[in-house]
Amino acid sequence: MNLHSKSLQFMRLGSGLAVMAVMAGCASGPAATSKDPFEATNRRVSAFNDQVDTNLLRPVAVSYQKNMPDPVKKGVTNFFGNLKDIWSTVNNGLQAKPMETAETGLRVAVNTVFGIFGLFDVATMVGIERSSADFGQTLGYWGVAPGPYVVLPLLGPSTVRDTAGWAIDNRYDVWRTEVDSVGLRYGGSALRLVDKRVGFIGMDTSLNEVALDKYTFVRDAYLQRRKAATQRNPSSRDGDDGDDGLRNDQ
Amino acid sequence: MNTLIFAFFRYFKQLLIITYMSLGLSGWALAQQAPDEFMQKLTNELLDMVRKDPALKSGDLQKIGAVLDTKLKPYINFQRMTAGAVGPAWRQATPEQQKRLQEEFKMLLMRSYSGALSQIKDSSTITVKPVRNPGNENELVVRSEIRGGAEPIPIDYRLEKTAESDSGWRIYNFNILGIWLVDNYRTQFAQEINAKGLDGLITTLSERNKSNNKK
Repeated sequence: MNLHSKSLQFMRLGSGLAVMAVMAGCASGPAATSKDPFEATNRRVSAFNDQVDTNLLRPVAVSYQKNMPDPVKKGVTNFFGNLKDIWSTVNNGLQAKPMETAETGLRVAVNTVFGIFGLFDVATMVGIERSSADFGQTLGYWGVAPGPYVVLPLLGPSTVRDTAGWAIDNRYDVWRTEVDSVGLRYGGSALRLVDKRVGFIGMDTSLNEVALDKYTFVRDAYLQRRKAATQRNPSSRDGDDGDDGLRNDQ
Repeated sequence: MNTLIFAFFRYFKQLLIITYMSLGLSGWALAQQAPDEFMQKLTNELLDMVRKDPALKSGDLQKIGAVLDTKLKPYINFQRMTAGAVGPAWRQATPEQQKRLQEEFKMLLMRSYSGALSQIKDSSTITVKPVRNPGNENELVVRSEIRGGAEPIPIDYRLEKTAESDSGWRIYNFNILGIWLVDNYRTQFAQEINAKGLDGLITTLSERNKSNNKK
């Protein structure tokens, strides 16, 4: 029995390694780095995502931004923000951060009760701040390495760890699990996506201006940001300063 | 007579010591402005400027450039920032190349952060966290947060000790939301340098800046 489960483990490990080796074999980007062995594939998926964004998501978001009255937009942002705060509270708890858990939890309580199911962000008005947290971050916090960078179709930048985290986030997404009406559920999810995209209008054009290679810029920013977010001790979030080219001169 | 001269010299010596000490102390105090105090003062002044000047807030590049070249110039080490982004190849660059790289990189950065100014609200405040036990006394990180929205935005600065600014400190890298700016350009610059050399990087940067300015 024991032997059997051991050999099963080895088989799993073996097939896992084989898949990795095959995928790594495909990697041949301009400068394949250790963090991004699937660069060639990732670049193709990125280009696809950009196409979907330019032709569908961005135009919808721009028109929503232009035509919806401000209070409605604000209400939508607040409502989904409040749902997100629930999951952030859970994850802050899982990361054993008492202050962040209490404060974000308090936000949910205040906004749900006084903010009419989260439509108004009363908590921010009274100075109760949000600490965003997701399951990928929780995994990282407890030491799970990010693994290779991957760009997911339609979802964008991620890592192997964060993809697993996203699956859990999605599994416990309150909107998905609690809303019974199929129409309302999908409609709401679409609205949430558009609302999120509206937040990036302006940033997307300036990204095209400031990045020499948009793919690399986004990848390095994503990896840096996630590394900082999963740091155990915030005072050590100094990052890797690398060789700044001056070392020999000074 | 002898004792009188002796007393005079003793008095003189004491006077000298006191003068030296007070000179030394004030010099020390000037050079030792606490890094967190320095950043709090600087960021508050900048926040005030942005609030009072709609042109700055709307991202007027000329105005922002003017602020950079006057108010901020002594407090930012652009040479080091550029060298950091260029990496080891910086040492092979001629002084002329270094100058061009610095100018073009500065333009690009101005562009990238001019948009962020419009996000500043009247209710925004900056809290600089006290620096405790920096590992290195000459190079350290100062952390701060912009508050006023639902979630505070973390902004960190890398400072180096310098004799060239009145505060004794200069910024050579900064970090918004966990992303170090200089580090985020390093791979892209290396890609350009590997493909087209240092001059290729300068050309790419200057073309990008030109096309940005047409918009």
